[in-house]
Amino acid sequence: MGKFDNHGLKAVSPLGGFEPQVDAFTGLLIREVTDRALASLGARQGSEDAVKSAAASYLGGALPEPASWNANGEFAAWWMGPDLWMISAPHDSHELLAGELKEAVGEAGSVVEQTDGWCRFDMEGSRCFDVLERLCNANIRAGKPGDATRTSMEHLGVFLLCHEAGQKYSIVGPRSSAGSLHHALVAAAQSAI
Amino acid sequence: MIINHPILGPRDSQEFTYLGDATLIDRPDWEADDAAGQFHDYLYLRDNPAGEHRELWFHEQGDRSWLVVTRNTVTHEILNVELARDVARARGRSK
Repeated sequence: MGKFDNHGLKAVSPLGGFEPQVDAFTGLLIREVTDRALASLGARQGSEDAVKSAAASYLGGALPEPASWNANGEFAAWWMGPDLWMISAPHDSHELLAGELKEAVGEAGSVVEQTDGWCRFDMEGSRCFDVLERLCNANIRAGKPGDATRTSMEHLGVFLLCHEAGQKYSIVGPRSSAGSLHHALVAAAQSAI
Repeated sequence: MIINHPILGPRDSQEFTYLGDATLIDRPDWEADDAAGQFHDYLYLRDNPAGEHRELWFHEQGDRSWLVVTRNTVTHEILNVELARDVARARGRSK
C-alpha cells in the first residue's frame, strides 16, 4: 500500500469511474488499466552512459533500445525519444516511483512524475490487428513483441506497446483526453467487429 | 512523402511538422556589437533555392525529435536526414 492512504478520498479512474472500465467485443477486450505508476527518465547531456548503468541496476535490466519496451520483474520501461524513457511499476508498491528513480540516477538524469498524466488501455484478442489498423498508421502487422511505437490515434499522441503480436497491446495516451481516446477505441472496435 | 528517420526508419510525413530553413540553428550571439543587424538577417533573410534545401522538421506524432532534412525543392527527393542536435553540436552549439 502507498504512504498516503489515510486521506479518506476515493480515486477515480481516467474515465471517471471507481473501477477500471472494461469493454468486451467478440474477439476483443478493451481494459482500462489504472494500477501502474509512471515516471519519465531523461539522460542529461554527457551523462548518457551513467544514466543507463544507474537505471539498469535500479530496474534489474537494461533500458530498452529505440522503438522498443521491456519488462524486468515488476518494472517496465519504454523508449520515448533520444535519451528519454518512461518507467512503469505497480502503483501499490511504487507510489513514489519518481523519487526512488531520482535517487537511483542522481545528477546524471532528470526524472519527472508522470503517473496522473496518462491513461492506459490494454487491448487483447484475435481482432487486435483489424481494430488497430483503423486507429493509427503504425505498421502493426509487421510488429513484434517488445515494440514501442509513438503514433497518433484520434489526433492524440499515444504510445503503442506490443506484448504479443496480433493478440495483446497497451495504448498509453494523455489522461485529459481519456474519454476521446476510449471513444476512438470503442468506435473502431464496433466498426471492425 | 516518406521521411527516413535516422533512428526509427521510414515514417510517413504526416507524422512531422515543418519549421523552416535549417539556418535557424545558427542563432546569432545576442551580445555581439552588431547583434541587431545579425538578428535582422537571421529573422528576415532566407535563401529560396530551386534545388537542395536544408530544413528543420519536427517528429511531432513520433519521438519528438528535431531533424535536419535535406530536400530537393524541385523534385521533392529527400537526400539526407540527420538529428538536429547532432548538426547543432557539430557546429559548436549546445556546448
